[in-house]
Amino acid sequence: MGNKYSVFSLIKNALSYHENWQRAWKDPAPKKEYDAVIVGGGGHGLATAYYLAKKHNMKNIAVVEKGWIGGGNTGRNTTIIRSNYLWDASAGLYDHALKIWEGLSQELNYNVMFSQRGVMNLAHNLQDVRDLKRRTHANRLNGIDAVYLSTEEVKKFCPIINTSQDIRYPVLGGTLQRRAGTARHDAVAWGYARGADEMGVDIIQNCEVKGIKRNGDSVEGIETTKGFIKTKKIGVVAAGHSSVIANMAGIRLPLESKPLQALVSEPVKPIIDTVVMSNAVHAYVSQSDKGELVIGAGTDDYVSYTQKGSHQIVEGTLNAILELYPIFSRMRMLRQWGGIVDICPDASPILSKTSIKGLYFNCGWGTGGFKATPGSGDLFAHTIANDEPHKLNAAFNLNRFVSGDLVDEHGAAAVAH
Amino acid sequence: MFVINCPYCGERDQQEFKAGGEAHIERPKQPTELSDDEWAEYLFMRKNIKGVQYERWNHAHGCRKWFNMIRDTSNDEIKAIYKMGEKPPSI
Repeated sequence: MGNKYSVFSLIKNALSYHENWQRAWKDPAPKKEYDAVIVGGGGHGLATAYYLAKKHNMKNIAVVEKGWIGGGNTGRNTTIIRSNYLWDASAGLYDHALKIWEGLSQELNYNVMFSQRGVMNLAHNLQDVRDLKRRTHANRLNGIDAVYLSTEEVKKFCPIINTSQDIRYPVLGGTLQRRAGTARHDAVAWGYARGADEMGVDIIQNCEVKGIKRNGDSVEGIETTKGFIKTKKIGVVAAGHSSVIANMAGIRLPLESKPLQALVSEPVKPIIDTVVMSNAVHAYVSQSDKGELVIGAGTDDYVSYTQKGSHQIVEGTLNAILELYPIFSRMRMLRQWGGIVDICPDASPILSKTSIKGLYFNCGWGTGGFKATPGSGDLFAHTIANDEPHKLNAAFNLNRFVSGDLVDEHGAAAVAH
Repeated sequence: MFVINCPYCGERDQQEFKAGGEAHIERPKQPTELSDDEWAEYLFMRKNIKGVQYERWNHAHGCRKWFNMIRDTSNDEIKAIYKMGEKPPSI
């Protein structure tokens, strides 16, 4: 690696006042033709390019991004990583990603600040208790670490939670996945971009796709704001804009794009050293390394591409958080933002070939794609390189909406919507 | 967040309403004749347009009536509202 980061490179560059660090990735103009083009320079797209180059020896490839890399949902999520999903197919997919996370900083030579601080999911009624216990058993059968906690154990693990039984939705118990946690989301995009760039991948920013050129049932290339690029393989990883690209290719997807909001508070001293999620009251919170509380709100119920959400969604989340954590009652919120999430009817993603030869879609991650970034990239690269899905993403094909073999994770897998 | 002019109640805050998804998806007249592909198309596939889209809305915390809306999803601007069964106005 030409530009390896280490304590020695840090000292060397300190001597020149950190003014001579090399750029982490180049800024090339697009070539006329590539073996494959990835549409979308977020974490998933960059990871796809990285694994195509690394594991499948496809070096003549490009990632085209309409804005700047990591500026979409990669930089807008609440950075939670976990794999405690109910169904076997999902458990396989998300735990594959979690295993890659565990060695990712070393592999990329880039600190993604992966922190296995645990994710706790709360139960607030009898049905929650049954669902969470069932999911704990399912997780353990799939080799995923999960434990069920009593109310006292929840309180012990996270002392600031109000576990009194006289609140509107008292805490009746919870689950804990200790291997779960958070990571620095921007670093994931930057780390993959740097790794892919080093292997010869062209990362082309400010390059919006305007059309997909087809020759009958196969693709010939893409029209972009930087001209036509010829290619036989197109991997679309465009999150909330997946349907826009699909419409260009003349196919339809089972997606609806909706705004999802998040917000952070002013920075404070360490107060919560884990991630706590509650589906029933829709509150989830963790604390960033800068000290801000990171809070995820819900989606609006209408289709919108505005990257803005409704105020009452934030208000509802904060109401729930204040009841669970009275200690936060005087915290001030610093920033609020929205991202556009592409939601599938079964709340599971699509990593799939399409009816058009050479056109692949990686979409439908909805409200929870960040956690899967490395696994998604790895499996999507496999699908593009071999024109066949890997066994771990075979269930997540587009045809499941025709066959009816859905992976129904709505509500089943601690998915907060 | 925006203001919606309910055709029955007048202008109300959007949080009184429930979005009902894409409008003018007609239920198949002969369900038994449908292939799996056609069922998937009817049940799951959506246009999900960035731009002017035809939608159904319900005044859930008001008169509880359904109606149609033409809205630009790229900026949430409402172009027109019309009742169920009416032909969409030209915009």
